[in-house]
Amino acid sequence: MKTITVLGSGCVKCHQTQDLISAMLKDKGLDIDVVLDTNPASAMKYKVMRTPAVVIDEKVVHIGSVPSKDTISSWFD
Amino acid sequence: MFTIFTQLADWVTYQLLSIDSDTHLAEAVHFFIEDTTKIFALLAVMIYFIALLRASLNVERVRDYLEGKNKWFSYFLASIFGAITPFCSCSSIPVFLGFSLAGIPVGTTMAFLLTSPLINEVAVLLLFGLLGWKFTIIYIVLGMLVGIFGGWFLDKIHAERWLESFAADALKEAQDSKNKTGGDVQAVTTDTKMPFEERHEFAKAEMKDIVGRVWKWVFIGVGLGAALHGFVPDGWITAHLGEKQWWSVPVSVVLGIPLYSNATGIIPVMESLLINGLPIGTTLAFCMSTVAASFPEAILLKQVMQWKLLAILFSMLLTAFTLIGWIFNILM
Repeated sequence: MKTITVLGSGCVKCHQTQDLISAMLKDKGLDIDVVLDTNPASAMKYKVMRTPAVVIDEKVVHIGSVPSKDTISSWFD
Repeated sequence: MFTIFTQLADWVTYQLLSIDSDTHLAEAVHFFIEDTTKIFALLAVMIYFIALLRASLNVERVRDYLEGKNKWFSYFLASIFGAITPFCSCSSIPVFLGFSLAGIPVGTTMAFLLTSPLINEVAVLLLFGLLGWKFTIIYIVLGMLVGIFGGWFLDKIHAERWLESFAADALKEAQDSKNKTGGDVQAVTTDTKMPFEERHEFAKAEMKDIVGRVWKWVFIGVGLGAALHGFVPDGWITAHLGEKQWWSVPVSVVLGIPLYSNATGIIPVMESLLINGLPIGTTLAFCMSTVAASFPEAILLKQVMQWKLLAILFSMLLTAFTLIGWIFNILM
C-alpha cells in the first residue's frame, strides 16, 4: 500500500476522514501519509461525485461520507 | 395533532418555572419550549421514514437519469431531484463536474444545485409543523421555480461560456463525444439494489446524522425566533414594516446576503417574523436570500465559475427573491 488520498472540498467531514484514517494507521503501526486533496479536478479524475471520498493506491474505496472505524480498519487488514 | 406540545410548553413555563403569563419572558420561553419539542419529535420520526424511501436515491443515479433528457423537462426534473436527493452541499462541485462530464447542460445542473439548499425534507417538515400545509406548498413551489427558472436563464445566456476552463472543457468534451458516439461516462458508485435491512440501517444513520447536525441550528433558530417573539415590542414590526412598503423587500433581500442559515434554522425565524406582523412576501424574500445567497455557496461555486458568471447568478437570485417578495405582498 503506497498512497492514501482523501478527496473533498476541505469541509469538516473531509478533515474528520483524514484524521480518522491517520489515527487508525498509527494504531496499526503503519507509516503512510494520508493526503487531503481539495482540488476539484481530482474528484473529477476519479469520477467521484460525493465527498468525502477515499482513494487507496489509485482505487476508490469509499464515497460520500465519513467512513466508520470498522470500515477504515478493514482496508488495512 | 400538535396541541400536546402547546400543553407541554404551558406546563413547563407556567407550572414548572412559574413564570408570570403576562410577561415577555413567558412568551419567549413558551415559544422556545413548544417549538423545540415539536421540531425534534417531528424530525426524529419523519426523517426516519423519509430516509427509508430515499435510501436508494443518490446523485449518481440522478445523473444517469438526467442524462440526455429533453431540455424543458430536465429543469423540472433536476429541481425535483434537488429537493429530494440526500445531498451535502460540500459535494456541490463534484456534482457539478460529474453532471457536466455526462454532458448535462449547466442550466440543468444548476436547477439541481439551486433547489437543493432551499428545499430539503427537514425544512419541509418544519414548515408543515410550524406554519401549516398551505404555506409549505407555497414554499416548495417557489423553491422549485427558483431552480427551474434559474436553470433556464443560465442556459439562455449560455452560461457555459463563463465556466472555469477545466469545467468548460469537461462539459464540451462530454457533449461532443455524445454527439459522435453516444458515449457514456459512468460515475463510481458503491450502491446496488437495496434490501430492507440496509434501508433500515441507512434510515437510522440518516436520522442520527441529521438530528446530530441540525439540533444546533434548531436551537439557534428557535432561540432567535423566541427572542423576537418575546422581546421585540408588540407591533413594532407591523408599524415599521407591515405596510408592505416597496423598499422593504429589496432591503430584506440584501440583509439576507451576509446572513447565512441552512433551511432548517431559518424556519423558526420565519415563523416568528410572520407572527410579529412582517408581511409574507418580505418574510419569504428575507429567508430565501439568507439560505440561498450565501458566501459559503459562492466560495464553492467560484471553483467552477468565473467571477462574471458568479455575479450574474447572484444578481439573478436576488432579483428573483425581490420579485417573489413583491408579488406575495401584493397577493396576500
